Amino acid sequence: MVNNNLKVATQPKAAAQPVSESASALLSELVAHLRQNRTQLREEWVVRITEAELLTAMTKDEIFAEATSVYDSYVEALETGTLEALQAYARNLSERIIPRGVETDEVVGIVLLLRDVLARSLFAKYHEDFKVLGRVLDAYEPAANRIAITVAVGFVQERERVIREQQEAIRELSTPVLQVRERLLILPMIGLIDPHRARQLTEQLLHGIRANRAKVVVIDITGVAAMDANVANHLVLTVEAARLLGATVIVTGLSPEIAQTLVKIGVDLGKMNTVGDLQGGIEEAERLLGFKVFPIRETPAG
Amino acid sequence: MAVPILKQGQTLIASIQAALTDTDLLELRDALLEQVGRYRSRGVIVDVTALDVMDSFSTRTLRDVAHMTRLRGAQTIIVGIQPEVAFAMAQFGLTLEGVPTKLDLEEGLDYLAGTAKPGSDG
Repeated sequence: MVNNNLKVATQPKAAAQPVSESASALLSELVAHLRQNRTQLREEWVVRITEAELLTAMTKDEIFAEATSVYDSYVEALETGTLEALQAYARNLSERIIPRGVETDEVVGIVLLLRDVLARSLFAKYHEDFKVLGRVLDAYEPAANRIAITVAVGFVQERERVIREQQEAIRELSTPVLQVRERLLILPMIGLIDPHRARQLTEQLLHGIRANRAKVVVIDITGVAAMDANVANHLVLTVEAARLLGATVIVTGLSPEIAQTLVKIGVDLGKMNTVGDLQGGIEEAERLLGFKVFPIRETPAG
Repeated sequence: MAVPILKQGQTLIASIQAALTDTDLLELRDALLEQVGRYRSRGVIVDVTALDVMDSFSTRTLRDVAHMTRLRGAQTIIVGIQPEVAFAMAQFGLTLEGVPTKLDLEEGLDYLAGTAKPGSDG
C-alpha cells in the first residue's frame, strides 16, 4: 500500500545520525524522534482516524484532544517500558467513551493506526540504512504491540466491568418483593421472564414470605407481555409452593396471551386466585387480611 | 427416633426434629390418631421446620394423618415447610391437597384458634 502522507515524516539528516547498538538506546532515540515530530505525527494520525471513519461518535476537537493524550501516553510507554500509566489512561478513556457508543473495533483500530503512522515515520527516517531500520523495528515492534494489546484489553475489561455492573443492577431491580401492608407482599413482574429469572423470582418470593411473615402475596404480571409454557408452569409451581408456606397468592394483570397460555397448559384454576388488575388484587388481599380501607372524611359504616 | 407429641389445650403439637424413617412416620401417624381420641383434641399441628427434605412417602403419610384425624374430629395442619422444600414439593406435585399449611407454629395456633370459634373465617 502506497501512502503519500509518509513523505511529511521524512528526515533527510536521519541516516547520518550514529545509531547505538543496544535496543534500549535505539528506543530512546526513537522516542526522541517521536517527541520531536509530535505535532506532525499526531496531525497525520488524526487525519487517518477521520479518513477511516473511526470514532464517529466524537467531535473533531474531542478526537484531537484524546489523540494528544494517547500519543503522549504512547510515547511515554515506549520510553519507560511500563504500561501502568497507559493502562490507567486506557481504562479512564474507555469509561468516558463507552457510554457514547464507541465500539471495540474503533478503539483497537485507532491504536493500530497510531502504530502504523509511527512505523511509517521510522521507515521514512531510516530507509537509507536497512540494517539500522531492522534493529529499530526490532526495538519498536514488540513495545508497540504490547501497547496495542494493553489498550485493547483495557477497553474490553472496562466494557465487561460495565456489563457486569448492569447485569447485577438488573438482577436486583428485576424482582423486588415489597411489603405494602403488614403481612401483605407485592411482587411486580416486569419484562421478559426467562427460566433463570423465574427461578430467581420464586426464590426471592418464598424467602420474602418467610422473612416478612406474609399471609397474602399479590403477584402482578401486568408488565409481562407473554410467557412460554415453561415459565407459566413455573408460576403455577410458585403459587403452589407459597401455599405450602401458608401464604395465599393472588395473581393480577394477566394479559390475554398469558391467559391463553395458562389455559392451554391446563392449569387447575381452583388453585390459582386471579384478579383483573393490581388494584383489585390489593383490595382482595386486604379483604383476606381483614383490613378495611375507607376515605378519611367518611365515618366507617359499622 | 420418636417424635415428641405435646398437648396444648385442645391441640396436639408434633414437632419433628430430624429426618424420619418410614417406620418413624407410621409410628407418628398411629400415635397421633390414638392421642386425638384420648385427649379429645380438636386440632393437630405437625411442625416440619427441621426437615430439609419431604419425599412422597412422608407427604402422603402426613396427608393421610390429616384425613384420618379429621374423621376422628380433629383438624390437622402442617407448619414450617422451608421455602426450598416447598418449591421442590410443588415441582413433584406433592401439594398436600386439602391440608392447611401455615408459616410456623405460631400461625398454626392462630389458625386453629380462629377455626375453633364459631362464625369466624377459616
